[in-house]
Amino acid sequence: MALHFELVTPEKLVRSEEVYQVVVPGTDGDFGVLEGHAPFMSTVRDGNIQIFSSAGAAPEVIPVEGGFAEVNEKGLTVLAEKAG
Amino acid sequence: MPSLKELKIRRDSVKSTQKITKAKQMVAAAKLRKAQAAAEAARPYSSRLEAVVASLASKIAGGSGEGASPLLAGTGKDEVHLLVVANSDRGLAGAFNANIVKAAIVKARELEDAGKKVQFYLIGRKGRPVINRTFPGQIVAHYDTTGTKEPGFAQAQAVAHELTDMYLNGKFDIAHLFYSRFKSALAQIPTEQQIIPVKIPADADRNAIAATVEYEPSEEAILDDLLPRNITVQLFKALLENNASEQGASMTAMDNATRNAGDLINKLNIQYNRGRQAAITTELVEIISGAEAL
Repeated sequence: MALHFELVTPEKLVRSEEVYQVVVPGTDGDFGVLEGHAPFMSTVRDGNIQIFSSAGAAPEVIPVEGGFAEVNEKGLTVLAEKAG
Repeated sequence: MPSLKELKIRRDSVKSTQKITKAKQMVAAAKLRKAQAAAEAARPYSSRLEAVVASLASKIAGGSGEGASPLLAGTGKDEVHLLVVANSDRGLAGAFNANIVKAAIVKARELEDAGKKVQFYLIGRKGRPVINRTFPGQIVAHYDTTGTKEPGFAQAQAVAHELTDMYLNGKFDIAHLFYSRFKSALAQIPTEQQIIPVKIPADADRNAIAATVEYEPSEEAILDDLLPRNITVQLFKALLENNASEQGASMTAMDNATRNAGDLINKLNIQYNRGRQAAITTELVEIISGAEAL
């Protein structure tokens, strides 16, 4: 049971994988997304995305700029102008 | 009948032309692979963003429609049309540039016949002379791409910024973008797309986002943030598609040119050899009849 996470930039599809949890720096504050999150849309401030591949694992950090996040039944999609 | 020397000179000149077209073809083939990969890599982002903007926009437009960004709602007028024409900087690509310009000119005529004012914004160098001749004085701005080799996101951002500024200052009401969509190395389709204001697809995209979606900050704030970004991304996509199309068109055109040059060389070779044999025969006949006369 995992969350499907995609990180997309105009240049390429950076990530598309199953993860446990992702913490996104939203404009109004950070939010964590787990599997089964309610449908949600937010703009993303410039900052770091934390990706937890499993519960309790050390997070992988990817800096993003100019982004937007969408959670729907298929998972979490982050669109960013710059990532990595 | 040209002399043997003339034939030889012509054959050599065609040969060197063939070398050039062959080199250009191989360069285009190598660049095409890269350009195609870049264009395809950009598709997920632009299509996803387009879908989100469309669903948000139809939701807000379906509601009050009050206070919506002018990038979505339009200026309320439909007088001045800006045609953004994206071309390349280089020739030797067959009808690639001509096709885009032709599509733009057809649209411009149509709009002028309907009594609208038409202006042009050009990206790239190649379309300028033709458009300037057909619609003198109607090119309002030109974005120079000669300095860069491949279209970058920064370029698209610069163009989008300029367009948005012009729009918000009331310089035009509707912007159409013309570029060439890359289908394959053999087929590039000149495409027109309305970029400002954003066109809302009329289909039932509304169901894509259930009514229970939460927005942070508000729907309007998200949309205000996304609309300028969407324009940038659509431009970026157009530039990449254009680049791939250019290389594809160039490859096909140069392949044809190389083959034509080959045919021409064969023909000249035959002509040259025939002439040479005729000369030898004449010489022999002269020697023999000379000997017989003795």
